[in-house]
Amino acid sequence: MQTNILICGVGGQGIVLASKLIAATAMEHDIPVMSAETIGMAQKGGSVFSFLRLGEDIYCPMFPEGSADIIIGFEPAEAVRMLPYLKKGGQVVVNTHPIMPVTATLKGSDYTGQEMLDYIERNVQNSAFIDGETACREIGSPKVLNMIMLGAAVRRGTIPFSVEDIEATMLRTVKPQFAELNSRALRYTK
Amino acid sequence: MGNAAIARGAIAAGLNVVSGYPGTPSTEVLETAAKSNNGSLYVEWSVNEKAALELGAGAAYCGARSMVTMKQVGLNVASDPLMSLAYIGVKGGMVILVADDPGPISSQTEQDTRHFASYSKLPCFDPSSVQEAYDMIQEAFEFSEKYRTPVLFRPTTRVCHGYASIEVKDPSEHKVNEPEGFVKDSSKWVIFPRLSYNAHIHIEERNAELSKVFSEYGRNLIVPAKSSGIRKAVATHGISYTYVMEALRREDAPSVLKVSTPFPFPEQLAVEFLKDKDEVLCVEELDPIIERELTYICGKYQLPVKIRGKLTHDVKTAGENTCASVSANISAFMGWELPEKAAQEEPPTLPVRPPVLCAGCPHRASFFAVKEAMKGKKSVFCGDIGCYTLGNAMPLDMVDTCLCMGAGVNITQGIGKIEPDTNCFAFVGDSTFFASAITGAVNAVYNQADMTLVVLDNSTTAMTGHQPHPGTGRTMMGQVVDKVSIQEVLRGVGVKTVETVDPLELDKAIACVKRVSAEKGVKAIVFKSPCAVLIKGKSPAVIDSGKCTGCKRCINTLGCPGIVMRDGRPAIESSLCTGCGLCSQVCPFDAIGGGENAD
Repeated sequence: MQTNILICGVGGQGIVLASKLIAATAMEHDIPVMSAETIGMAQKGGSVFSFLRLGEDIYCPMFPEGSADIIIGFEPAEAVRMLPYLKKGGQVVVNTHPIMPVTATLKGSDYTGQEMLDYIERNVQNSAFIDGETACREIGSPKVLNMIMLGAAVRRGTIPFSVEDIEATMLRTVKPQFAELNSRALRYTK
Repeated sequence: MGNAAIARGAIAAGLNVVSGYPGTPSTEVLETAAKSNNGSLYVEWSVNEKAALELGAGAAYCGARSMVTMKQVGLNVASDPLMSLAYIGVKGGMVILVADDPGPISSQTEQDTRHFASYSKLPCFDPSSVQEAYDMIQEAFEFSEKYRTPVLFRPTTRVCHGYASIEVKDPSEHKVNEPEGFVKDSSKWVIFPRLSYNAHIHIEERNAELSKVFSEYGRNLIVPAKSSGIRKAVATHGISYTYVMEALRREDAPSVLKVSTPFPFPEQLAVEFLKDKDEVLCVEELDPIIERELTYICGKYQLPVKIRGKLTHDVKTAGENTCASVSANISAFMGWELPEKAAQEEPPTLPVRPPVLCAGCPHRASFFAVKEAMKGKKSVFCGDIGCYTLGNAMPLDMVDTCLCMGAGVNITQGIGKIEPDTNCFAFVGDSTFFASAITGAVNAVYNQADMTLVVLDNSTTAMTGHQPHPGTGRTMMGQVVDKVSIQEVLRGVGVKTVETVDPLELDKAIACVKRVSAEKGVKAIVFKSPCAVLIKGKSPAVIDSGKCTGCKRCINTLGCPGIVMRDGRPAIESSLCTGCGLCSQVCPFDAIGGGENAD
């Protein structure tokens, strides 16, 4: 039994931490895990992704196109960019709030993310749209988007853990003063 | 993380000393060693790779086990001691960890350290996974100590930054290495032509022996074909080995040669692999090293095998491999059909996201101040290696050249000698200044250059993840030490005008640039303001919609990711804005406020 997870978005959205929480939770449950992510220059506002593979008999952390069980998209266009990796019947959980690249702002582009969300709606049967902007505002911090998305993704059932499992790992990882905030974020989507 | 596994493996091997200079993708090796230090380990970020390697050599002369960490271009800086040390050798095990960056993802070059191994005649280890990196670095120390030679250990980005759950040794199984200390022997530790001649003979004999030893080394291996009679085969290494194995999950899979020691090459193992073969596809990243070795071996042993790969254009010559590219290469080679892709609707045009300076980055203000001050004047802006290379992007467009660490300060002098009417600037970060720009400043003073050296001092090594350096007053051992002052260094080497200014005080900064750059000779400006990622930001800026005319000067001059267009008007992206106040100083209508201290 293998689970291939792809998390994608823009540098600074907390993707690396989300990926580490899934990996650490897998290890906690004695499930072998491999992952690979972008680090370095691309972190500064560039497209960022993390591949995660859970299960036995895996050679490399990256998986080919058409094999992700779930894509967790922190940004609409980034989710579309990585959509070729989704396997047939796979799931997409996507944040509806777009991040405008500076290049687009300079050119006066009218990128709103809506065309990306429409594309996902049309092409993925099993998709969930999360208004991460509103969620962050309600919880009271722009830094908890990763926990909101992670909570929403885990509730889809594809990742072999419960929100409680992820929360237990999170509580061991984050500073105590942020624990409550992150717990609320993990449980934001019902 | 692979880098963490390498550090843990080295510690399990009885590591005593680790030194290095930050560089993606190698940085976390030293950082993990520092975090895992139980007090028995000496760890330092050296001022550059040459210093790190020489320090590691000194420790290994004493019988210590030392590791030196750097990225591939760092080895260029350290190549002088490396080439000589190969002749001198070591007493304690010494592993030089050099991380290569196929792509390149975060580097100036796609150079292949396996070449450096054969050039310097040093044994080289090339791990293919996180677990293998953990195990192999321990073996690398054993080989190093047994053969009294430094060895190269060269993972690539996907191994360095890959994560995996791995088996590690219990601390009770860790080797404890107690260095004997330095034993004086000038016939051994002092390099002279006579010594080098004798050492050269010895090195060639040793490497011939190591080639045989490596043919028996378990990490160089032949994975047998899954069915008999397949006369094609694949040779590979490193992370590409895992892509190959993923692509060969089928019953008619050919045999695979995995080369974990590209130098000395396991020749006997290769001969065994090549017999009964008609064709071999070499799947490599960076240079076709296995491909050339196998071609050579076929000639030497008169084996009628066609060797294919990059040299025959069966595999792309540049960039990194992926599961998909390797699967396509192997399918084409084997004559297999690729699985058909499900037809999908063409996606909408995706926005491109080139890396940019962060919102609130003080470098943006520094570049803008110089740009404003030099408006209408003939100027050249030589950049350097660091976050501030991103000052090349529109709309700042303030990096005309970038070559390698510390080069900008000398390149601008060269331009000035040919174009004396140009205002010559060199931008260099604080960490890069200490690593390799000080000699350039001395050169400028000595050779009567006419230039302005701009030091962008954000009190950290930001691009690689905020490592301390000599100007920060902190070491990797956690000590608080005297800060080395950039200003005092510059004055000390003879730069008479050295001014320091906060770039976020824009008017003062512009005035400073105008005043200083008008002087003759070598002068310096230190733009001092901490990295935006390291400080607690102020409250986000606020645009007064009554005053904002929508002129977009803020967007078109600064290119800050914290300002976006919403419903046709500039708006603050409050999740990114740090309240640095630069845009409010640029707005001609005084429409941007906010940026008060939070709380």
